Amino acid sequence: MATATQTLAAGNAQAIADVSVETQLAVERFLYRQAEILDEKQWDDWLALFVEDGFYWMPSEEDQIEGDGEPNVFWENKYLMQMRIARNSHPRAHSQAPHNRLCHVVSNVIVESEAANGDIVVRSRFHCAEYLRYEVRNFTGKYRHLLKKTGDGYRIALQRVDLVNREGPYDYVIQWWL
Amino acid sequence: MSWTNEQIAAMVEPDRAHRKAYTDPEIFDLEMERIFENTWIYIGHESQVKEPGDYYLAQVGRQPMVMVKDRNGDIQVLYNRCPHRGAQLCTARKGNTGNNFYCSYHAWTFHLDGRLESMPAKQGYDGTNLDFDNPEFHMARPARSDNYRGFWFAKLSEGGPDLRTHLGDSASAFDQLIDRAPGKETEVVGSCFRMVQQSNWKIFLENQLDASHPGVTHESTGKAAQQIEAAMRSNGKEPPLELSFLTDFARLGHDGWTKFGTVGFPNGHSSLEGYMGLRPDDPDTNEYVRRMYEAYGEEKAEEILGINIHHMLVYPCNSVQPPLQQLRTIRPLGPDKTLTEIWHFRLKDAPEAIYRRSLAYYYLVNSPSTLINADDLFNWWKCQHGLESSAREWVSFHRNAGQDIVEGDKTYSAPESMSEMPLRHMMHAWKDYMTAGKGA
Repeated sequence: MATATQTLAAGNAQAIADVSVETQLAVERFLYRQAEILDEKQWDDWLALFVEDGFYWMPSEEDQIEGDGEPNVFWENKYLMQMRIARNSHPRAHSQAPHNRLCHVVSNVIVESEAANGDIVVRSRFHCAEYLRYEVRNFTGKYRHLLKKTGDGYRIALQRVDLVNREGPYDYVIQWWL
Repeated sequence: MSWTNEQIAAMVEPDRAHRKAYTDPEIFDLEMERIFENTWIYIGHESQVKEPGDYYLAQVGRQPMVMVKDRNGDIQVLYNRCPHRGAQLCTARKGNTGNNFYCSYHAWTFHLDGRLESMPAKQGYDGTNLDFDNPEFHMARPARSDNYRGFWFAKLSEGGPDLRTHLGDSASAFDQLIDRAPGKETEVVGSCFRMVQQSNWKIFLENQLDASHPGVTHESTGKAAQQIEAAMRSNGKEPPLELSFLTDFARLGHDGWTKFGTVGFPNGHSSLEGYMGLRPDDPDTNEYVRRMYEAYGEEKAEEILGINIHHMLVYPCNSVQPPLQQLRTIRPLGPDKTLTEIWHFRLKDAPEAIYRRSLAYYYLVNSPSTLINADDLFNWWKCQHGLESSAREWVSFHRNAGQDIVEGDKTYSAPESMSEMPLRHMMHAWKDYMTAGKGA
């Protein structure tokens, strides 16, 4: 069975699937809700967005097609996500004092494919402003999600995030997911 | 003001340094001139340029440089600058320039060894002083470039020691990056991470050998990693070794951090002993050791694996962590701005799991999303701001001052690794470079 990264790599990143209005709306609502969860720091809800073996992935190279075993900006399973939450929420996470704020806008939502079992590959664009230490930094890029259809709505098997400036230099440490 | 050598020397005392060494723009310019454009500075590893025409950019002090593989398979280090009007010849950070360098301004071309090849309407130069054989019209070369086992350096001023002499005992860091490979070769993994620190370059070097900071700075990450270890165990999963890289920060405590020796070497180099216990009795490590025995024989393999360095600082520009195959280079951009390039190397013929272990460290500690350096960078930024204040004029290096043990040309911390000996050692080397014209 193909891994999530293989499924994304094999997909046509320019494709537009002819999905129903209901599916389009459900997928958009899911992406908007994910952005809101980040902005509102609802970490239990964040973890619940992912399937048990789901990954959040930000590659460091444009032509990267695999995250496993490669250098990445982010390559996190649920354990690493839990660690990030625990660390960033710790009172002695010095660089999170004062805590940052994120504000996302997600748009250009195009479903690429809808499998027979309802699994979705969807691409979108995002802009995120981060307020940290009294300054605003801006991040922008592209999302590609592989969503699993479950009895309880969609769950993320893999989220790929390509920053426009992925090669850096990074004038900051990105402490939360974008 | 312009600084006299006497004034500069007075900035470094046996147990403290003046804050302006970290903040003054004129001091920074003098550092570029007398240290970074005077001594041996790291350019890159030979595996960054594999094919003829492959190039990689580097900065030495204020000078833009390019490392390129020529058609004979030799590596050349050149100034990335057209001798015509000064335009930089390569603008992408890395790539392949083909058979020559091509200037996008007036189409002057250069051989891969920097010699002037041609330009359009060449007859316009007939009867002028432009001479194709005159190096004045070639891409400039550093006074010297050389490599130590494939690690390339440039020195922009004449004279001074050769590279091997300059490196001295610090060369063992590069030996370890190669010798720990059962295949006796090493190569870079992908591109480097590039991070900008909003702080002086010396603050970074000092932090690398500062054994009294990790338990404080990284407490939150150490504790979070302990929570995850516990969560994994309660789910019946054995936590991977890389999590212990982080739990060390919470586990060791002040007593723990006293147990690792630091050593100062000539020319400002220094080292911190390893503490991570990277040789557990697990199948992956045992397989790795078996391959090392096979490649080197037991005695030599044990000698290689027995060298226990956490950080080796190759003054003034490298921090190398050989057991985890990480190499950081600093490129100072201003008194309060420093670019770091962070590389990860793969040991030829080591088991995949050994590569994965050091890749995990590269991710957890050195990536742009690191939970570790996030707090370091923040501390250094705070230091830089604090040092701008005239409330106090001095930076304190008093911990265990007066107790350092000097044996031959080496200085050992005593009685414990939390001693600020490496910080004193580096600032004294700094004073030598800045005032004695060392290397010039």
